[in-house]
Amino acid sequence: MRKVAIVGIGLTKVGRHFDKGLRELFYEAAVRAIEDAGCPEIEAIIVGNMCSSSLCDQDSLGALLADYCGLCGRAAFKVEAACGSGGVALLTGYMAVASGLYDYVLVGGVEKLTEATTREVTYALAKAADADYELFYGTSFTALNALIMRYYMRKYNVTREDMALWPVKMHENAMKCPHAQFHKRITVDDVLKSPLIADPIRVLDCAPISDGAAAVVLCPLEEARRVSDAVVEVAGIACSTDYMYLAQRPDIASFTATVKAAERAYRMAKVEPRDVDVAEVHDAFSVLGFIDIEDLGFSRRGEAVKLLKEGVFDPGGKPSVNPSGGLKARGHPVGATGVYQVAEVALQLMEKAGSMQVPSPEIGLVQSIGGVGTTVTVAILRRVK
Amino acid sequence: MRTRVGVGIHGWGVYIPRYRIKVEEIARIWGYDVNYYVKSLMLKEKAVAGIDEDVATIAVEAAKNALKRASIEGSKVGAVYVGTESKPYAVKPTATIVAEAIGATPHVLAADIEFACKAGTEAFQICTGLVASGMVEYALAIGADTAQANPGDHLEFSAASGGAAYVLGPDDSRAVASIEGSVSYVTDTPDFWRRELSPYPKHAEAFTGDPAYFRHVVNAARELMSQLGLRASDFNYVVFHQPNGAFPLRAAAMLGIPKEKVLPGLLAPEIGNTYAASSLLGLAAVLDVAKPGERILVVSYGSGAGSDAISLIVKDGIEERKNLAPTVRDYVNDKTYIDYGLYARFRRIIRYVR
Amino acid sequence: MASVPRYWRNIPSYYRLVGSKCRGCGRTWFPPRRCCPICYSRDLELIELPTEGVLEEFTIIRTPPSGFDYYTPYVVGIVKLRDGTRVLTQVVDCDVTELKPGTEVVATFRRVREDGDFGIVMYALKFRPKR
Repeated sequence: MRKVAIVGIGLTKVGRHFDKGLRELFYEAAVRAIEDAGCPEIEAIIVGNMCSSSLCDQDSLGALLADYCGLCGRAAFKVEAACGSGGVALLTGYMAVASGLYDYVLVGGVEKLTEATTREVTYALAKAADADYELFYGTSFTALNALIMRYYMRKYNVTREDMALWPVKMHENAMKCPHAQFHKRITVDDVLKSPLIADPIRVLDCAPISDGAAAVVLCPLEEARRVSDAVVEVAGIACSTDYMYLAQRPDIASFTATVKAAERAYRMAKVEPRDVDVAEVHDAFSVLGFIDIEDLGFSRRGEAVKLLKEGVFDPGGKPSVNPSGGLKARGHPVGATGVYQVAEVALQLMEKAGSMQVPSPEIGLVQSIGGVGTTVTVAILRRVK
Repeated sequence: MRTRVGVGIHGWGVYIPRYRIKVEEIARIWGYDVNYYVKSLMLKEKAVAGIDEDVATIAVEAAKNALKRASIEGSKVGAVYVGTESKPYAVKPTATIVAEAIGATPHVLAADIEFACKAGTEAFQICTGLVASGMVEYALAIGADTAQANPGDHLEFSAASGGAAYVLGPDDSRAVASIEGSVSYVTDTPDFWRRELSPYPKHAEAFTGDPAYFRHVVNAARELMSQLGLRASDFNYVVFHQPNGAFPLRAAAMLGIPKEKVLPGLLAPEIGNTYAASSLLGLAAVLDVAKPGERILVVSYGSGAGSDAISLIVKDGIEERKNLAPTVRDYVNDKTYIDYGLYARFRRIIRYVR
Repeated sequence: MASVPRYWRNIPSYYRLVGSKCRGCGRTWFPPRRCCPICYSRDLELIELPTEGVLEEFTIIRTPPSGFDYYTPYVVGIVKLRDGTRVLTQVVDCDVTELKPGTEVVATFRRVREDGDFGIVMYALKFRPKR
């Protein structure tokens, strides 16, 4: 297998792009990434996306985007793992390059959630759960995470106020992220007074409904060394799945799929959790930030809240967690989110992250979750000197 | 009408939704004098189906309770008839939903019966005949309604939700009451009706009294007594259809039956008129307290119009069945009051654009 | 939005809580499975699961998926059945201020939703506090 590197990055601002559709949004990110990579000959386009069919009436997404980006004729297709689509898009691109099948692959993600009303989006996102046995009973995706939040709080004796620290920190981090959806500080009190969505989850515990597109160019590491001096290697990558039906899991204060994927990715990259300098984790709801930190080995079980309070995960911390503001404040264009995370961690390792740059990181981690921990991809990125 | 071979009740079960609205609350909305409803019609409050309840759900809950008392599996049931005037589908049987939910499918007769408030006892009569003929061993007769009333109509003070189910089978040692005999008294009397596609029924006001309710109820009861050679005094309990609390007592007076024999089965003051379930719920309330050897007269009334009169004799073994499922009193007492706003939402009177 | 065949083929699980039991290790599952994720046996049988249990976790949905608008707010929770099988279900007929983990619940047959004004009506077992 060949080693794989990231050589080009393109992002759009996350937010409400009422004036742009899937193709226009994706075009912006794709062209930026390709130009950033020095305009190589792209052979394949892999797109992470969840809701193009259910909210935008669009299938054949790969062909549409390839065509619109002037790449008609190339291999192009969508990969889907709900909110974890971006993670599996990276994995698919990695496989294509590592195997030697293609040299230059554009891995992108695009999502347009603001095409529909909140209830329609709630329905579309709930399809990430078991449609026949969870969504059937009216279970929203937020509701499943609310069950997890209550369970976690009870198991580790965590207060509602403690949980609110996560979004407060994320909004603070996002102040320095140019492409973030929110540039607005919030307080614990704001979180606790925001409207309930599914008790105990309130609006400010949730990642927002977002549009956005992100793209990275992958190529063989040896090739990357020739064209660029800021090279980031995908040193480890793994994906794992869990029981689809939440109630069948013995303990919902942890995502087994994160633990398994992380274990494999760390092993592949020959690193340990303590080696990670910067991480972008999947915090679609406040509670997930804490669970992610524990599942990835950055904290002992039940201690993520304590460490967060101590500032261990602040920008410059070890590791810096979500210097972008995470899903909570950078925003969560679901199928594109994983690619945003990859792009953000790669920018950090290239020391091109501008105002949100953390000091000299060498090892980065990306965690992309689809469903309630149903499909998790973990990637370890490494700066190559 | 008497069957050639004996038929008996093996199990009875009921379901009454827990929501109640007081007649004062309805009177408040429409500016009516509540005294008329409380004093003249003897109505206090009525049972209202929850937002996720309908005739199918009520029938299933009642059927399950009846099966518990009969101590038989749903798969033993050979016929399911649901009497109702408020079925969830205009076309598509409620009875198949019930049969599926209790595990009686696929070898089962199933249909919905419509005869206004008499549909429940009509189902009971059909099941009696099926068991007597030997076509099925056990048959399930259900009366259930989530009665609709035009908002502001007098009927809105009484139109209520509830259901009662009876497992009928051979009059053997496992039966808890024997069906002694029955009659039906039917004429074309248009006192109350609902045309196709109309959301609410209409009625002929005072005409629903003497030429409709009282004529049919009293004549059915008299005919049954005459056929069975019985007098009013031979019955320990009498249950009539209950459009309100007052009509059954007046019918009893016309037949020379003391009030005390009617009160144990009189539920309208507390839960309202449960339409096709009304007289069958009254019978269940009586079975909850009756002793072996006692005789019960049940007389239904359905607009349009007709009455079924049924005589039953309680048997040994009823006592040990009483506690196998919740009683009528359990359901009557388990209640939560709602205001007219919530009532309007539960009954889907509020128009909602999807 | 609503598929008639999809609803129809799941009716045994919706109406009677039909799940599966592994003949290899004895574990029970809802919804039904074809192979056991614990002992990897493919010898599973369909069984009706117990209709009583204990509420483990719950939430009150205030922003529903479309189609459930008229029912909002409603409670969704995880119930551990008498035999240990866990199910995700709605909890109805309850005072939400009194619900807590450990509340004993019993199944009740209810309407789940309807496909618009003229489409099919979908039913299933939900749970309510035992009284």
